Amino acid sequence: MITINNVSHKIGANDILTNVTAEIPANGITAIVGPNGAGKSTLLNLIGRQTTLNDGDIQIDGSSLHSTSTDKLALKIALVAQDVGVASRIKIKELIAFGRWPHSKGRLNDFDKEIVEAAMERFDLVDLKDRFLDQLSGGQRQRAFIAMAFAQETDWLLLDEPLNNLDMFHARALMNELKLLAVENQKSIVMVIHDVNYAARWSDYCIGLDFGKIKFAGATQDVLTAKSVEQLFQVNVSVLGSPNGIILDHY
Amino acid sequence: MKLHHEKIAATLILAGLILLSIVIGVADINTETIVLSRIPRTMAAVLAGASLAIAGLIIQILVRNKFVEPGTTGSTEAAMLGVLCVTIFAPGLSIILKMLCAVFSSLVGTIGFLSLAKNLPNDQPLLIPLVGLIYAGVIGAGVTFLAYQGDLLQYLGVWMSGEFSGILSGRYEILWLAGIAAIVAYLSADQLTVVGLGEAATINLGLNYSQVMMVGVATVAMVTGIVVVTIGILPFIGLVVPNVVSRLMGDNLKQALPRVAFLGGILVLSSDIIGRIIRFPYEIPAGTIFGVIGAAVFLYLLLKRPSNG
Amino acid sequence: MANARLFLLGAALILSSLFFLFWGLSGNTWFIFELRSKKLITLITVGGAVSVATILFQTISANRILTPAIMGFDALYILLQTLLVVVIGGANWALLPDSIVFLLTSAIMVGASLLLYQFLLQKDGRHLHVLILVGVIFGLLFRSLTSFIQRLIDPSEFAMIQSTMFASFGSVDENSLIISCIIFLLCTLLVFKYSTFLDVMALGKQMAVSLGVSYISFQRLTLVVISLLVCISTALVGPITFLGLLVSALTYKIAGSLEHKKLLIISFLLGALFLVIGQTIFERLLRLQSTLSIVIEFFGGMLFLYLVLRKRFK
Repeated sequence: MITINNVSHKIGANDILTNVTAEIPANGITAIVGPNGAGKSTLLNLIGRQTTLNDGDIQIDGSSLHSTSTDKLALKIALVAQDVGVASRIKIKELIAFGRWPHSKGRLNDFDKEIVEAAMERFDLVDLKDRFLDQLSGGQRQRAFIAMAFAQETDWLLLDEPLNNLDMFHARALMNELKLLAVENQKSIVMVIHDVNYAARWSDYCIGLDFGKIKFAGATQDVLTAKSVEQLFQVNVSVLGSPNGIILDHY
Repeated sequence: MKLHHEKIAATLILAGLILLSIVIGVADINTETIVLSRIPRTMAAVLAGASLAIAGLIIQILVRNKFVEPGTTGSTEAAMLGVLCVTIFAPGLSIILKMLCAVFSSLVGTIGFLSLAKNLPNDQPLLIPLVGLIYAGVIGAGVTFLAYQGDLLQYLGVWMSGEFSGILSGRYEILWLAGIAAIVAYLSADQLTVVGLGEAATINLGLNYSQVMMVGVATVAMVTGIVVVTIGILPFIGLVVPNVVSRLMGDNLKQALPRVAFLGGILVLSSDIIGRIIRFPYEIPAGTIFGVIGAAVFLYLLLKRPSNG
Repeated sequence: MANARLFLLGAALILSSLFFLFWGLSGNTWFIFELRSKKLITLITVGGAVSVATILFQTISANRILTPAIMGFDALYILLQTLLVVVIGGANWALLPDSIVFLLTSAIMVGASLLLYQFLLQKDGRHLHVLILVGVIFGLLFRSLTSFIQRLIDPSEFAMIQSTMFASFGSVDENSLIISCIIFLLCTLLVFKYSTFLDVMALGKQMAVSLGVSYISFQRLTLVVISLLVCISTALVGPITFLGLLVSALTYKIAGSLEHKKLLIISFLLGALFLVIGQTIFERLLRLQSTLSIVIEFFGGMLFLYLVLRKRFK
């Protein structure tokens, strides 16, 4: 479980988050939703210690970010990189091997190598392992980053808007993959997501943020309703039923 | 009313500086010093400053980028290459012919830069001055190499920091040509403004794009070549002055040109005066003084820049 | 494959060094030999220092165009040295042994560059081109300030520091050379020890933090090493702006791997090789003195333009 206790964050003079308190349950997919500028990515970056936490406390399975060293945290929590800003002239097998860094500090033993192999098989990357990252399609790159996080063998995975730049087919494939990870491998996944319908369809737990404050948090089917979405995004919404859950029509 | 005050203030400041410049110096003040040395020196500083500032403004309009000036488009270095070639291969040429060589090679250098700049993406405005700086550096390396081979490094060193101490009557009058070039630019200000909107807009408004472009480039090359031959390098004037003016009063070219000229003249003359005072009786080149001020202002402009602009 | 290339480069360096030392050795043999070996050690140390510093800087600034020299590190060193002359006074300056001057300037340099460049590198969200341009202009500012200060002081004092302004592979003070070699060795040993951390940092800050590397502290440590390496090369021969860029571009091509252990060794070998062969050609074959640095500026500048423009043409 991730406990967020009274966290506030400023950038310059602007309040990005104010007194955020929430619990994110282990196992399953948690979606963080909200309008642009609500502080979703900031919250995720604070949890992943990408941004330094100054005000309040965050604990990951009982370990506070303040008192746990960054290399210990790398054994608990992994970030699936956004598809920008990672060196592109790197081979897929090298990238995934970096997932073992927190365990091996760069000296891979046989066990590490087995895990890397397994990760490549699990995500169907064996044929691509000698390709460079910039020779892959967007969907393939996403899979490579997830495989890398998988090789890191952490309980928690963080994803910041993973569906950006993916078409319908690949977005669906990615969500399927994540669901499998949650169900089969008991991973706990936290993601920032733009489209509430993806949150409604795939997430187990949902947190709604607006202006740096929590508007709702709870099991997705309980909290993600037409009314709450209307309040969060200031748009009119009607609910359509579907065999797989609800669809929020805001068009 | 406000405009009127500003004109008076600028004129008064310039007049005051001119007076100071005529009085300050190591030699005794008498009619001979004043006529032969002080007045030419003062005029040279004003003319060089004014015309360089205008050249900077023009090149900024032509490239559509606020962070360029003759020194970051290869114009200055190419002019030096021209002078150096003449000095090595035809040392006997008259100053007018030397100047023409400098102007011509500056023209070639500037056109070379423009064709490089054309290929750069518009959404990354800082790439242009960066490429320009290195382009100028490559030409500069060529200049140093030639100077080294021709045993002219010392000669080059004099040119690297523009100074006015050597200016005497009979050795600066060519600078009036630069002043005339600046006036030509003023007269064609409207056309230049249109060209600044881009090739499509220019054709759309029925102007001959390449013709106006050529007039602009020729003015820049002319000013740069003449200043390099007579004074040497005065860095950053062409960059800092137009930027300061446009910060203070916006971008109308016709209105901006006289102000840019005034401010350019004032800044270079002040640098020269400061250079004469600060380490009296030695002199520090105006180019060195303004190199420090100009680089600092440039950095300020860059770091204070809104992040998307 | 990469190992074979490494071996070839090493062999080439040894061969060219021997050639540099022994070719045309005659007359006052021992004297010339001593002179040449001092020069050879200088060339290798400087070439290595510039190249290793460049690779390190490109890793912590996550790009392959920036080099310490382009960012104005050399110019900062010379400015600090000039300031030191002013503060100490020319007469006292002349009395100080070169090695003390060197150590003093280096210490200040490490502090100053840490302040300045950490400020620049941590400005998140700034576009790379802003960073480069700001660096280039800082370099110009440092240079202008240097020549301004040099004009302020006595002409005789001026002559003392003028020699540091241009790159020259001529005479080098023996004690400074020894100290430089020691610092260079210590720096490379340290960098080697944490080369796997550099591998992770090359993935970018986000990834590195996620994998448990304390990015900021390693960035700071690396900056200290870079400053020291720049001090070595600038103190020994003066500024050479584009050598680092030439070497690093070639290194990435040759290495075929992102492993810093390999990158660092290859860049060291290449940088040293570059200077030794270049100096041999210029000094022995063409009988030209100290134009090597100008030629490096010329081709390095061309390469830089190519690297910047290539993205556009691709």
